[in-house]
Amino acid sequence: MALDAGNRKTDFVVFDRVQKSYDGETLVVKDLNLDIAQGEFLTMLGPSGSGKTTCLMMLAGFETATHGDIRLDGKPINNIPPHKRGIGMVFQNYALFPHMTVQENLAFPLEVRKIGKDEREAKVRRALEMVQMQDFGVRRPAQLSGGQQQRIALARALVFEPELVLMDEPLGALDKQLRERMQFEITRLAHQIGITVVYVTHDQTEALTMSDRVAVFNDGKIQQLAEPDVLYEKPENSFVAQFIGENNTLTGTVQEINGTVATVRLDDGEIIDCTPVNVSRPGERTQVSIRPERVEYNRDRLSPDAHTIHAEVLEFIYMGDIFRTRLRVAGNEDFVIKTRNAPDQRRLQRGETIEIGWLPEDCRALDA
Amino acid sequence: MTDAAADAPIPKPDAGDRARPERQEPLVAADGRPLKKSLQRSLRRQKLRAFGLVAPLLLFVLVTFIAPIADMLFRSVENQIVSETLPNTTAALVGWDASGEDLPDDAAFAALSYDLAAAVEQRAHTRLGSRLNYETTGISSAFRRSGRGIDDVGEIYLDQFVALDPVWEDSGFWARMIGAEGWAHPAPFAPSAQAQGLLPETAAAYTAFARAMQIRNDDDPAAEEPWAPVYLALQRDLSAADAGDVSAWTGPGAEQLEAAHAAVGGFESVPVRDLIADVDDAWLEHDVWATIKTFSPPYTPGYFLTSVDLKLSPEGAIVAQDDYQRIHVLLFQRTLFMSLVIMGCTILLGYPIAYLISNMPMRTANLLLILVLLPFWTSLLVRTSAWKVLLQQQGVINDTLVWIGLVADDARLTMINNQFGTIVAMTHILLPFMILPLYSVMKTIPPSYVRAAKSLGATNWTAFWRVYFPQSVPGIGAGCILVFILSIGYYITPELVGGTTGTFISNRIAFHISSSLNWGLAAALGTILLVVVLVLYWLYDRIVGIDNVSLG
Repeated sequence: MALDAGNRKTDFVVFDRVQKSYDGETLVVKDLNLDIAQGEFLTMLGPSGSGKTTCLMMLAGFETATHGDIRLDGKPINNIPPHKRGIGMVFQNYALFPHMTVQENLAFPLEVRKIGKDEREAKVRRALEMVQMQDFGVRRPAQLSGGQQQRIALARALVFEPELVLMDEPLGALDKQLRERMQFEITRLAHQIGITVVYVTHDQTEALTMSDRVAVFNDGKIQQLAEPDVLYEKPENSFVAQFIGENNTLTGTVQEINGTVATVRLDDGEIIDCTPVNVSRPGERTQVSIRPERVEYNRDRLSPDAHTIHAEVLEFIYMGDIFRTRLRVAGNEDFVIKTRNAPDQRRLQRGETIEIGWLPEDCRALDA
Repeated sequence: MTDAAADAPIPKPDAGDRARPERQEPLVAADGRPLKKSLQRSLRRQKLRAFGLVAPLLLFVLVTFIAPIADMLFRSVENQIVSETLPNTTAALVGWDASGEDLPDDAAFAALSYDLAAAVEQRAHTRLGSRLNYETTGISSAFRRSGRGIDDVGEIYLDQFVALDPVWEDSGFWARMIGAEGWAHPAPFAPSAQAQGLLPETAAAYTAFARAMQIRNDDDPAAEEPWAPVYLALQRDLSAADAGDVSAWTGPGAEQLEAAHAAVGGFESVPVRDLIADVDDAWLEHDVWATIKTFSPPYTPGYFLTSVDLKLSPEGAIVAQDDYQRIHVLLFQRTLFMSLVIMGCTILLGYPIAYLISNMPMRTANLLLILVLLPFWTSLLVRTSAWKVLLQQQGVINDTLVWIGLVADDARLTMINNQFGTIVAMTHILLPFMILPLYSVMKTIPPSYVRAAKSLGATNWTAFWRVYFPQSVPGIGAGCILVFILSIGYYITPELVGGTTGTFISNRIAFHISSSLNWGLAAALGTILLVVVLVLYWLYDRIVGIDNVSLG
């Protein structure tokens, strides 16, 4: 029952010029402006210390904004204590109450809302069914596996039917397989119920696979707010390009900008064509970003428009579905390319000199 | 969703079972020995090593802790002093019914004179008097007074025997006649079988005399004149023996014995009872004899009965202690009650502090913990004395209250030398024992629990009471056990600030150890205290579970 686009508010949660400082000297969150639509799955992604968790805590009410407004459904919530905000929250280590059974854990938010016993039990049962844990009601959290605890924590955050659920790295403690399964499950539930989710993680794969939109945080600021594919393919600055996915960087100086093409002289003298993103004038230093899978060395596959350059093979790793090759390109020894393991693909030898190429669209000139 | 089953425990395929062949033969290690034996061998060395490491401590604990406690437990029931000091008397009293009206028979009176004469020689009669005085007041003076006259009992017969034949004054003759063949001084004196058969009381009396001589001064009995009670015994034996038996005597002194036997019927005689009554007329009291009889077994419940304000009456029945001596039950109750109050106070004061410290940044928390521990670094006496200074009637607090005008100068508060003073001082002293376990438990409660509760809609109080508090209970449990057990046996502080209404059972124990020297009673009180603590500990384990106690 996802809300259809016409009904949903685009400004369900609003951060309006929010700043946060703990010590009065440095800002942990700098001038944050963010609108989250109803029913949206928004992920705050960033390295630790980037301010993403602080934003989440301000939204939950455990931290107060030093400056600016946070509005939920149009109402400022800066001065509302956490227990009156009606926001569900899933914590990093689940925070299931160890002295209560699963049922008691789920009934807790209903009890403090003074919901009658019968209704409470019905809701608890429904929530357990929702996460397919109906047989585990009488167990204690310590008797559950990590994944089961995760589900109970999710059910507990949803059982009192909040419109907004916050998740603070909820999958951090799970192993890789379970994490992937839970990613799928959380998104499925979120869309099924139609709740708004604000999700905090430092795992970019998680962010890309789960979210409607991702806000990349660094240094207390949102570096880019976009859909996952845009974020990956069209990073707006070098931080985002580095942080999301694997990325090759070549440094150089802009020589000329001509509409959608910028000519860049790399530090070793090579001249290449790029798409200018945030360079504006000749003479500026730039980092040129190319994704490893957009680079091709097989002449037959190389587009005629491709820009070619010589490279020396330093390392060739067979990874099953792909080959991963480390090259020396224009003085950079960490230039990585990934090629699909196709029947006609040639395997490279270490020390071999090859010619690689890419399209100018895939090569983005970013800030230095 | 495909994974609900995946998280549930999956029944293991039976591949694991198949991997093991049918194991009829035991597995062997590489050198051909059975695997189990090899494992045991290698483990045994580890065990020996571990044992070697703890052995010194184990020895220390055994010598300084287990042994004294065992000794204390033993002392609380041990009562050999009566049967050791009065062996003949207790033997003579076996057939006597203490619950009747009658005094014991003459044999008991006579035996008392033999035993007491020996006890006086060894200065043991006053100790026995003190021991029995715990049970029946006044008995010690009977023993003390008897000490002066007991060796004159039987003098009347001594004179007549000596008048009959001066050889009866010869100390060597006595030793030869009664002593076993081949006995000579440094060996402990032993009577001959013949003497024990014909002259049982004389043999006993002379043996008591001879042993007393040997033990007391290392004197040779053969060189010492027997004391008068021995002649009393001889008179009684000869009067009871018939002529045929006496003439059958083959040992030394046969003719003297025969002559004495012929003459003894004509001796001037006095009833034994009167002889003893002349020494002290307390011996005509039924209670004195009944007490000796009741406490003659080597083990007695008497100390324990006294500990709970009961006693064995001289007749051997369990009755309530006299009113003016009833104190122990009151003291036990007071000790338990005040320990509970002190425990409650430390929870009330310690919990908020521990909560505060556990929620502080590390640096501040460490500083505050040092402040909590600071009292540990000053002497207990100093702290207790400081409370005296503060709480006394001319003390700081009273002065301040008077100065402010809250209290009139002639109505100063009594805050010391009573229960209030003890509770205040002990709460202060024991507070760290509550704060530290609480703190160490609280530190491990992640703040995310309370946050989760709040995000689920709980107010601050609900979040604390429903989520935080239950998780801090193990800390409270540990603190309670520590504080309660420490305070139940506390001694110095109640002694210094407790006055009469604020003293604990431990002060009574100390009194019996060092002042009244009634160690048996002190041991019984201590044993009861130990049992109470163990029972409480057991109860606590049943109710709260000792696993829930966490010292961090």
